[in-house]
Amino acid sequence: MLAFIAWGLWDNERLFLVTLLNGLTLASLYFIVAAGFTLVFGLMRNVNLAHGSLYLLGGYLGFFTAQYTGSWLLALAAGFLGAALVGLVIQVSIFRFMQGDDLRQTLVTIGLSIVIADILLWGFGATVHQIDAPAWLSGPLRDIPLLKAYSKYRLMLLPIGIAIGVALWLFLNRTRVGMMIRAGVDDRAMLSASGVNVNVLFAVTFAIGAGLAGFGGVIGAVELSMVPGEDVRLLLASLIVVIIGGMGSVVGAALGATILGLAETYGLAYAPTYSVVFTFVILVLVLAFRPRGFLGRPA
Amino acid sequence: MSAADWRNAMNSGVGRAALLNRGQTAVLPGNRALTPISLPRFWEHIGVRHVVVLAFLVAYPWFATPFFTFQIGAQSLALGLIALSLTFLGGYGGMVSLAQMTVAGIAGYGVAIFGAASAADTAISLGWPWWVAVLIAVVIATVCAAFIGWLSVRTEGIYTIMITLAVGVAFYYLCLQNYSVFNGFQGFQRVHAPTVLGVNLRDPLPFYYLALFWSLAGYFFVKYLLRAPFGIALQGIRDNPRRMNALGFNVTAHRVAAYAVAGVMAAVGGVLLVWYNGLIGPGSVGTSWIINILVIAVLGGMRHPIGPFLGAIVFVVLQTFAIDVFDRERFNLVIGVVFLVIVLFSPDGLLGWWAGLKSRFSTPRGGVR
Amino acid sequence: MRKRTFVRTLVGAAVVAAFSGMAFAQQGKPVKIGLLATLEGPFAAGGADGMRGAELAIKQRNGVVAGRKIELIKASSDAKPDVAVNATRKLVEQDKVDIMVGPLSGGEGIAVKEYSKTQPGITFINGSSGAQATTLVNPSPNFFRFNTEGAQWMVGLGKAALDKGYKRVMVIAEDYAFPYSQVQGFMSEYCRLGGKVPVKAWVPLGGKDYSSVIARIPKDVDALVVVLGGADAVNFLNQYEAAGGDKPLVGGSITVSQDILNYKGKRRDSLVGTIAGAPIADSYDAPEFKQFVADYQKNYPVSSGAYPSPSLFALVYYINMKAALDGLEAVKGDLSDGQKKYREALQKMTLKTPVGDVKLDANRQAIGTTFITEVVKDKQGNLFNKVLRKVDGIDQMLGMPKEQFQMGSRDVPNCP
Repeated sequence: MLAFIAWGLWDNERLFLVTLLNGLTLASLYFIVAAGFTLVFGLMRNVNLAHGSLYLLGGYLGFFTAQYTGSWLLALAAGFLGAALVGLVIQVSIFRFMQGDDLRQTLVTIGLSIVIADILLWGFGATVHQIDAPAWLSGPLRDIPLLKAYSKYRLMLLPIGIAIGVALWLFLNRTRVGMMIRAGVDDRAMLSASGVNVNVLFAVTFAIGAGLAGFGGVIGAVELSMVPGEDVRLLLASLIVVIIGGMGSVVGAALGATILGLAETYGLAYAPTYSVVFTFVILVLVLAFRPRGFLGRPA
Repeated sequence: MSAADWRNAMNSGVGRAALLNRGQTAVLPGNRALTPISLPRFWEHIGVRHVVVLAFLVAYPWFATPFFTFQIGAQSLALGLIALSLTFLGGYGGMVSLAQMTVAGIAGYGVAIFGAASAADTAISLGWPWWVAVLIAVVIATVCAAFIGWLSVRTEGIYTIMITLAVGVAFYYLCLQNYSVFNGFQGFQRVHAPTVLGVNLRDPLPFYYLALFWSLAGYFFVKYLLRAPFGIALQGIRDNPRRMNALGFNVTAHRVAAYAVAGVMAAVGGVLLVWYNGLIGPGSVGTSWIINILVIAVLGGMRHPIGPFLGAIVFVVLQTFAIDVFDRERFNLVIGVVFLVIVLFSPDGLLGWWAGLKSRFSTPRGGVR
Repeated sequence: MRKRTFVRTLVGAAVVAAFSGMAFAQQGKPVKIGLLATLEGPFAAGGADGMRGAELAIKQRNGVVAGRKIELIKASSDAKPDVAVNATRKLVEQDKVDIMVGPLSGGEGIAVKEYSKTQPGITFINGSSGAQATTLVNPSPNFFRFNTEGAQWMVGLGKAALDKGYKRVMVIAEDYAFPYSQVQGFMSEYCRLGGKVPVKAWVPLGGKDYSSVIARIPKDVDALVVVLGGADAVNFLNQYEAAGGDKPLVGGSITVSQDILNYKGKRRDSLVGTIAGAPIADSYDAPEFKQFVADYQKNYPVSSGAYPSPSLFALVYYINMKAALDGLEAVKGDLSDGQKKYREALQKMTLKTPVGDVKLDANRQAIGTTFITEVVKDKQGNLFNKVLRKVDGIDQMLGMPKEQFQMGSRDVPNCP
């Protein structure tokens, strides 16, 4: 690893550093999406395979909000709230009635993902939808030492990811609801026995998880654009992130996202043909030696 | 065991306990169970409905058109066999693996790579005799299945679905990107069934019987296995792994073995499917087919080995004729809604629905079918 | 809404057909034509437009050829070869079509061609699939392709790039057969005329994040040859612009097509000046082409979900369906004797298409025309493709002797 870094820096230091930044910024996006996924799983043991569909839904909602209001920040809000609302409806109308039946919940989410994907294709067609970066973030930032120029928007992804991470940490550690969620992750039975209204808690968590997917969708719609099929790609990315990082752990999601983001971008820069396969080698290695991921705890 | 017992066992988990205590001794594995003379105990399990269904299946190509024989019949059987491996793992082992299509795909690729996918297309195919290629393909696929199993069984239940999905998609990307072995995006064309003893297995009629033979073999093999000590231990592990462990069973080994066994079935199904399609490529092992196999298994019902075949028939008929009824554009919506309805309202699939109908009208031979 | 209009036009066509067909009703029973395109998944928009093109060819004849009514039966795939063969088999064996038109994409085309060998009594005509191998490797005696393919579409572009002064270029293309052939079509001419391609970046299909590829672009190349389709193209352009890239672009046939120029988002001015090769050019001003565009716009208004101007898929499906009908006309609707006469007529025919004449080679592959285009901005600020040059009579060997010709791949051709 060190040898590769040394070689990379010596060979073409600009390529190496730009790729590093590319990897970290991509990781930011993956983290935002996967954090919602892992939060939901941690508390409810619900593997939400419709998470990618919520990402796509958020992206489309953001696109139309941006088109009508011209504001990217409003688009972000719309993506978050829209996806959160859909998530809330799904939780209240379906999952509440099959609590504890993990497998069936997962099957339902698969069904939902097929249905949502097709409805979105029906409604928006297969045309590429792309949200514009706001004026103050579009174009390159020039005259950076070594890197020369770098996309402003892309650079901005890094602080956004970190901000989301910090906000989640504060929410989980400093608020009442957050503490309940953490307690639920550690011991669900104990939590409901201690008089907490589990239904409300689950609904809130699911809404936040879904909202993060939608939020990620709007962010992704600028950099990676929205098109049918993106749902599966982001779902897969989320899966890998949480498998590597450990299910139910937000810090693990950050770690997993970083590994995945770096693996993908370095792969693409140095061995483009196998960049995708490279990712999965890491996945298999992690599973072979740490079956629960780096920060996963026994269930 | 009487027919009523059998139905009971088929439709509810409760009846299974009764099954476990009986009929373990005389039944031999696989297709040999079809010769009932030496197996009187087995004969007891066969009711009128078995004979009727079997007779129908054998006679089917004689009144169906070649199209129905091949595209509806044979395709359903091949897909059903792959889904059966998932039913076995999921329904009896408690491990819902989404990598069964991947195992089938590995076998399919194996046939294409070792066998005679015309050498003119690619320099990759080795052109070995078909039976060598098939044998190697099935063995490799089984080993891969065991490896996938080993990767996924060391974590608890719900992880399985994620890990196997990730492995499945990984294989898809590997096929897509690798040209030296998997021939990339194009995959392999002209992977045709061989001609054996003057019978061209590509023709609808022989191919249908080939598929039927292996489907029946798979079906009876699963039925046998469920009563064999291995199957009983596996179901015990599904219901309470900790206790089984305490009783001295090696839980991990049993689970990996279950993956391997399911791998054999998926591999045979994969060989049939690649011969049916005459081609294999990344699209054949992509996400949509991975999910389709799950849809088929859940649609039919995971409580009984006949479920996946029912599911496959429904799926294939929908896929083929949907465009005549509604816009083919919305096929995915229809299949998704059907799947959702099944999962939400009849967790045991069509079989559960059928059982529900029967108990409601309590006339065992109603004309509902 | 799309469906309603479709039903209406179908009813209209049927009424017209009923009237005009009455006089000939005795001459024969309807000819069934199967039409296969991709209506699911990422190619769904192109598939729908392909269907429009094919229907247009039938409408122009009021649904009757040589006194026989044309009965169209449609099927759809999701761009996967196995699904395409299933759909084709249903049309041929269950619906008993006489002539089959389709499919849309390369892998499907090869698979359907293989299937066609098992149905010698039916004539198969391509839809819009453009894989080189379809007619070069194991061609099928009853599979005809009246459209040119990926490599042919790029002939002439190498010279145009050198004329623009691009002496060294980097290739950025998706990693599968179609871009291979596109790059081959470009490079075989470009390399012969002295151009250099030091770096080729083959990116995984649907990779989406091009930032690392962009970081690899060397300083000393004059231009980028970008062969990406759909969302990949949009993402690349967007990310390249955001990263401060300013090298001129040379595009593949699908990189600057209608759907990219019209995607939902900001127009990319950086595209202006991009040259590309394609079998269709929106601004081509021959009267046949203008008539085709006018007919398309009249029958499929934008409000019904159609494009403002027919896409590549619409044109290519139109050409192939027109070939099927013209051939039928030539033999006076005679499909007897295993369609022997019909096939001879197709083989010998000089097909009049909106973009010039097409003839078939010995492998039943089209020899036709390619346009070299440049993206320009009109007065309203919309981007469109201006025709720079028209190259006629391009065959599948790209002008090379047969012995020298090799199919395009990651490493063929090569001139670093």
